[in-house]
Amino acid sequence: MTTTHVQGPAVHVQGLEKSYQQLPVLRGVDFDVARGSIFALLGSNGAGKTTVVNILSTLLRADAGTASVNGFDVATQAAEVRESFSLTGQFAAVDEILSGRENLVLVARLRHLRDPGTIADDLLERFALTDAGARKVSAYSGGMRRRLDIAMSLIGNPPVIFLDEPTTGLDPQGRLEVWRTIKDLAGGGTTVMLTTQYLDEAEQLAGRIAILHDGRIIVNGTLSELKQLLPPANVEYVGPTLEDIFLAVVGDSDRGSSDAADSNSKKGR
Amino acid sequence: MTTHFFGDTAVLTGRSLRHITRSLDTIITTAITPIAMMLLFVYVFGGAIDSGSDSYVTYLLPGILIITIASGISYTAYRLFLDKQSGIFERFQSMPIARSSVLWAHVLTSLVANLVSLGVVVLVALVMGFRSGAGPMAWLAVAGMLVLFTLALTWMAVIPGLTAESVDGAGAFAYPLIFLPFVSSAFVPTETMPGPVRVFAENQPVTSIVNAIRDLLTQQPVGTEIWIALAWCVGILIVAYGFAMRTYRRRIS
Repeated sequence: MTTTHVQGPAVHVQGLEKSYQQLPVLRGVDFDVARGSIFALLGSNGAGKTTVVNILSTLLRADAGTASVNGFDVATQAAEVRESFSLTGQFAAVDEILSGRENLVLVARLRHLRDPGTIADDLLERFALTDAGARKVSAYSGGMRRRLDIAMSLIGNPPVIFLDEPTTGLDPQGRLEVWRTIKDLAGGGTTVMLTTQYLDEAEQLAGRIAILHDGRIIVNGTLSELKQLLPPANVEYVGPTLEDIFLAVVGDSDRGSSDAADSNSKKGR
Repeated sequence: MTTHFFGDTAVLTGRSLRHITRSLDTIITTAITPIAMMLLFVYVFGGAIDSGSDSYVTYLLPGILIITIASGISYTAYRLFLDKQSGIFERFQSMPIARSSVLWAHVLTSLVANLVSLGVVVLVALVMGFRSGAGPMAWLAVAGMLVLFTLALTWMAVIPGLTAESVDGAGAFAYPLIFLPFVSSAFVPTETMPGPVRVFAENQPVTSIVNAIRDLLTQQPVGTEIWIALAWCVGILIVAYGFAMRTYRRRIS
């Protein structure tokens, strides 16, 4: 793939606004994602995380503000932007009727790469899917499907990867598999931007965490910076968890809806 | 981007053709209803219908071919809807490919699948006694007309495929299309129909297309009917393509 290396942050978002009909979803979102880092956009359901990802992925147009990926503007240089990233959407976007290997070959062909067969075999091995490679994806488990989905996103080595709620609906084991994959990715120099509603996921993976609430980024920092927002309470107390910080900054009114335990009920979707 | 249009379309067409070869039932379901109708009309109602033709199956075949296409294209809406629902549609949209090739792949797949179904229906008609002395040029003209009609209806099917909220909604638009041949010259000559019905039947696209194909197959002079039929096909094709592309652009921006 021909992605010119551009200086500056991998993702730059400034003053992003988006409304659906009369309903404002994003009301001036700003953040940067440094190259080679893992950045988590944390927020409850309906906070607008997917809207941000879709704007960055050129699937949706912003009403106002600017956004760039790999130095290319999403509105005016959409073609260059699409060369620069891969999207792993909220639901594993794989072809159920094709086999895992065929899915990978398909994406490699669409990215106009040479030797799609070798690329597919390499990725199957890397994601421990070699044995399942010839099987139809409809027979895959949730975790396998997600791994295949992420493997498809890596084809062509895009410098930036967007993962929209990568572990929603996965069992604990599948979740750990995906976490390991994401850490490996960042270790290899890929910039990862993920959205999540799971606080521990952001805590585990991300170098920087931004909390999106009511259409704005209300907090943006490293985990230790976020922890400083709340004073450690007692001596026996281990210190605030990200969950405490989250609930403190989004306000008590949201205690019910954004409680981490509540996210379990959304798993069934 | 456009430089990749043909390559990307070929790759994506290969993908959806694979869907068809792995679930041949779509071709069988497409062909089975028209074949059942053909059996019913030839062997049950046929004796009582005066079509003014020696062989009722020969009279009936053009209309049956139209019904085959009308039921076949609903799979395009269905497959497109499933792509959209599974998220693979968005994956393709977010990739550096020629964006319209996603639709063209589905349209070309529909064309191939429908031609296979049409072939099956013609074979069954041959077994049932359909005969034609038409030469290669006439057959080519028939094939061309069927291809045009398939393309026109497929582009129409793209619209519900992109906009439907449910699987049932995506396929439902095809029912009126399947019904249209009944109020045409497909099953009985229009002369027997009462005033307003006859006016509708004689001026709707299916009648002119059916008449043109019938004339070609029975080696009758085709006259102006074929031009009216062509005009309908091309007209529907252009309008449907325009609307489909507009819907698509709205979806992806």
